[in-house]
Amino acid sequence: MRRQTSAAADRYPAAAFLSLIIGLTLSMTSLAAATTAARGVFQSGPDFIAECFASQPSEKKTLWLTDELREQVSKILGHPIAGLRVRYHQNGSKTAWILEEIGKEMPITIGVMVDNHTIQQVKILAYRESRGGEVRYPAYTRQYQGASLKPDLSLSQSIDGITGATLSVWAVNKVAALALYFDGVVTQQRTDA
Amino acid sequence: MKKHLLATFIGLNMAAAAQAATPTMEEMWQLIQQQQSEIAELKQQLNNNDARITETEVAAEATISAVEQFTLSPVALSKTTFGGYGELHYNSLERDNASASKDEIDFHRFVMFTGHQFSDDVRFFSELEVEHSIAGDGQVGEIELEQAYIEWDFAGQQRAKAGLFLLPIGIINETHEPETFYGTERNNVEKNIIPATWWEGGAAISGEISEGLFYDLALHSGLFLDSGEYKPRDGRQKVGKAKADDMAFTGRLKYTAIPGLELAASVQVQSDMHQGVGDEIGGTLFETHIAWQRDAFQLRALYAQWDFDNAINSIAAGADDQTGFYIEPSYRVNEKLGLFARYSEYDNLAGNSNDTAVEQFDLGLNYWLHPNVVFKMDYQNQDAPGETGYDGINLGVGYSF
Repeated sequence: MRRQTSAAADRYPAAAFLSLIIGLTLSMTSLAAATTAARGVFQSGPDFIAECFASQPSEKKTLWLTDELREQVSKILGHPIAGLRVRYHQNGSKTAWILEEIGKEMPITIGVMVDNHTIQQVKILAYRESRGGEVRYPAYTRQYQGASLKPDLSLSQSIDGITGATLSVWAVNKVAALALYFDGVVTQQRTDA
Repeated sequence: MKKHLLATFIGLNMAAAAQAATPTMEEMWQLIQQQQSEIAELKQQLNNNDARITETEVAAEATISAVEQFTLSPVALSKTTFGGYGELHYNSLERDNASASKDEIDFHRFVMFTGHQFSDDVRFFSELEVEHSIAGDGQVGEIELEQAYIEWDFAGQQRAKAGLFLLPIGIINETHEPETFYGTERNNVEKNIIPATWWEGGAAISGEISEGLFYDLALHSGLFLDSGEYKPRDGRQKVGKAKADDMAFTGRLKYTAIPGLELAASVQVQSDMHQGVGDEIGGTLFETHIAWQRDAFQLRALYAQWDFDNAINSIAAGADDQTGFYIEPSYRVNEKLGLFARYSEYDNLAGNSNDTAVEQFDLGLNYWLHPNVVFKMDYQNQDAPGETGYDGINLGVGYSF
């Protein structure tokens, strides 16, 4: 059976193709102009900190990355950490961290709030990869609530992943574990003091 | 601190003075003047020290910030990225009718990724592959450009791309690094029905409609079935001087709002697989799949069907309907070890009444030495018409970075 097709499109496929490209480009340019340029930035660091501590005052502190800390951090991240220090906010047993880890090619900025060595909240503050942005959904980040750090430096509970976004999932897992480790270090320092 | 130093200083001087003979008023006045002068000098020294400490703190902060900006800022990341994956396979298989066997070792794929970020919203990505280790006249392998496109984020969560790209169909067509799937060899259904890995040249837009609901729309080069050919896999032109008399359209909807779950459906339409040569044969592909992970359990299932015009039956009876499906449960024993089973069935001549389906059962394991390095071992039992299925063992090692 011979299928009836669009005569114009079949006769001039190149013209049809070009028309579609031009049309798409024009419509996308219009849409781009009308849409916010803040692609991938979902919340600022200060806003996240303010949200974590609500009306309670928090103290901004610095954790210096000593050689001993770096060794442990490398085990969690699977690579050495960049930078000399990590800044965090603390109020009693509650600490808040804003950390970055590369998913596939670009860094993901992740906020983690820890209370009593347990994760209270994970939030994706900025996502710059072109795929795998599902990690920012609350349905995904809620899985980290209640997680603590096991002696082997892994998370105490399993996290259901996202098909096709394995590297982003790994990045969030690593940062969650890292924040718990840092929290343990600074709250232990406080206890020792 | 300042007060403490001054008090100490004054106290010491007064004690020393008390031990001496009682001074006259004139001597007392001179002593007080001298002490005042020394106090002023000390105050100046303390002020100078404070200024130096402040300056040192500012210098240290500036140095630390400069070092951290260099090491942490995304700007410091290379705009050009490089990656890749590869897999070596060993097959030890025997045909059911004992007429042939396949014992071979093959570096099946060696792939290099190169990308470049022109700006925050414009990027390039490419994938160059050497298949079967060696390419050239009379050689078994090929060098293939499987991806090379420009992508533009034209609005929040909306992207457009133009160039040569993988089509948004199936589970493994777009994501096929060896550590991301079970089984040494890719499954037969996506290979022979879809046919993965499948790339075309053209333009596409994709994006997020609502939380977890994504769309893809693509207009691209199509398949070309040369004389006597009827299988979609034979029709891949690989965008090498490809016939473009008849373009194809692909659309996909994907739902991933629930962690661990992916539901997707794709449709492809092409009005003439013969690209204007001979009888016009149109075809429509429908594919749908689920990938569901819950704790250590995962289930993947896929169904794909090509519906071709009846004219294709003059090439091969029953080729107008070509279908396949598979179901693959797996269990992750721990971080390192995963077990899987897969039942698959495909038929490139499903439109006839003969038994032309190929059925296969696979059972095996993946061992992740590192999250990006995997060793694989599986047993396959294949049943094909005329006892032509292959049974045996497959071994593999793969990596990606």
